[in-house]
Amino acid sequence: MIEVSGLTKRFGHITAVDNISFKVAKGEVVGFLGPNGAGKSTTMRVLTCYLPADEGRCTVAGFDVLTESVEVRKRIGYLPENTPLYSEMSVEGFLRYIAEVRGIKGEDQKRKIDQMIQVCGIEPVVKMDISELSRGFRQRVGLAQAMIHDPEILIMDEPTSGLDPNQIIEIRELIKKLGKEKTVIISTHILSEAEATCSRMIIIDKGKLIADGSLEDVARLASGANVHRIKARGDKNVIERELGSLPGAAGFKLVGEEFGLLSYEIYGEPNRELCEEIFRTAVKSGFSLAELFHERRTLEDIFIQLTRGGQG
Amino acid sequence: MSRVWAVCKKEFWGYFNSLIAYIFAIIFLGAVNILYIWFALLPSGDINFSYYFSFLLYGMWFVIPALTMRSWAEEKKLGTDELLLTLPVNDWEAVLSKYFAGILFFGLIVLLSLLVPLSVALLGKPDWPAIIAGYIGIMMVAAAFIAIGLMMSSLTRSQPVAFVSSVIVCLGLLGINDLLGRFSMPAWLSFLVSYLDVGDHFQSIARGVIDSRDIIYYLSIVFFFLVLNKYWLERRKWA
Repeated sequence: MIEVSGLTKRFGHITAVDNISFKVAKGEVVGFLGPNGAGKSTTMRVLTCYLPADEGRCTVAGFDVLTESVEVRKRIGYLPENTPLYSEMSVEGFLRYIAEVRGIKGEDQKRKIDQMIQVCGIEPVVKMDISELSRGFRQRVGLAQAMIHDPEILIMDEPTSGLDPNQIIEIRELIKKLGKEKTVIISTHILSEAEATCSRMIIIDKGKLIADGSLEDVARLASGANVHRIKARGDKNVIERELGSLPGAAGFKLVGEEFGLLSYEIYGEPNRELCEEIFRTAVKSGFSLAELFHERRTLEDIFIQLTRGGQG
Repeated sequence: MSRVWAVCKKEFWGYFNSLIAYIFAIIFLGAVNILYIWFALLPSGDINFSYYFSFLLYGMWFVIPALTMRSWAEEKKLGTDELLLTLPVNDWEAVLSKYFAGILFFGLIVLLSLLVPLSVALLGKPDWPAIIAGYIGIMMVAAAFIAIGLMMSSLTRSQPVAFVSSVIVCLGLLGINDLLGRFSMPAWLSFLVSYLDVGDHFQSIARGVIDSRDIIYYLSIVFFFLVLNKYWLERRKWA
């Protein structure tokens, strides 16, 4: 559906996006992650034909963003960062305008506007001016605007920024619902958001793509990710001997000792879950376990590790 | 084409949502008519319309920048240019839509000013061909000034800056011959100066002489500034 190859974009001597390539298949919900200023918005602006790339080629639904830009635009619904809207227009007037520019007319226009008002939950504000809307309603109007022509592809630049927690949950639910029928790209620097809504993540930092895949793939990319933590009670020598000979373990470390409880970190080989092994070993060698868990690293940890990787 | 029309319609109605546009349109029409009645109609009782058009012409350097200052500057300030320019509208279509909307709105103002010759017509026998020629001339100047105003608006996100810079250019084109014509200069330069003067071209059209050179003059100003306008929109792509 979307193919980006070797995309590079410079502003003066600053390289905002540096040789990025990825593909997005139909029906995927992709999270675009990166610290502020990583090049997320720039990439989206290239895909939506707002900015041209300096190098590389992007196609959307088989159309080139540079040479067949109008065809690309027809197929994309775009919610730019900070949801710019014409503040002096009424919500209804604004949606009618967008529909008209997109060539939706007559009965069809009325039907689609009604549908958007319902889907996005903006009935209470339809007659109001956009300048009077709260942040949450603005965001919904922005979404309605992006989806009014039933696009195959939705591109949203930080769709939940500035919303309160309830609104965030509502918008996420909406995105999830949409993700069932459409190809969606959302950018965010909030990791839980990507975790909650996306089936795949693309992490970029300083203009470079540094990870691309499912949450598990990305987690695996961050090295040393496979950690088990235990708290054990028993003969220290026995415990350490047994842990040292544990099949599938790459090593262990004593990290604390408190009230006779020994805390260890056990490093497993990649992709190997060791909880049962550890439990059986404990039973067999007669030490007890007060705590045992396989540490699932949060996206935050992975993100920090990946984006700071370059600095050591 | 329907896309251009859709954007144009929205831009046209947008003028009605702008209080500033109303105020300037009222000041413009009010001032022109009062000046005309006070200084031309009452003293001489003469219903010669060339005065009326002169007053209109010399009011346009401020009213048109006041109308157009908003168009691109506001889009840039609100970030809505990103919305507009990612709709299935290319840069040329966006520029032309705003241009046509400006022409339509100013045309409406000019239409309102028609009330004066119409009411004068009830009193006497106005020279209709001269009036029509005068209005054609006014719309020609408007076509040029609106292109200038839109271009200046595309340079900045500040409406006052857009206003002042377009006033300077419009005034410059109105007064260049008066300003520089008195200095001695080579023939080609003095020809250029008088050629650039908006007023001179207006006078010949208003006299009823539709000369292709005057039409070409206005069209080239329009073309030049619309191309610059589009160029400035594209500048986002490089800087």
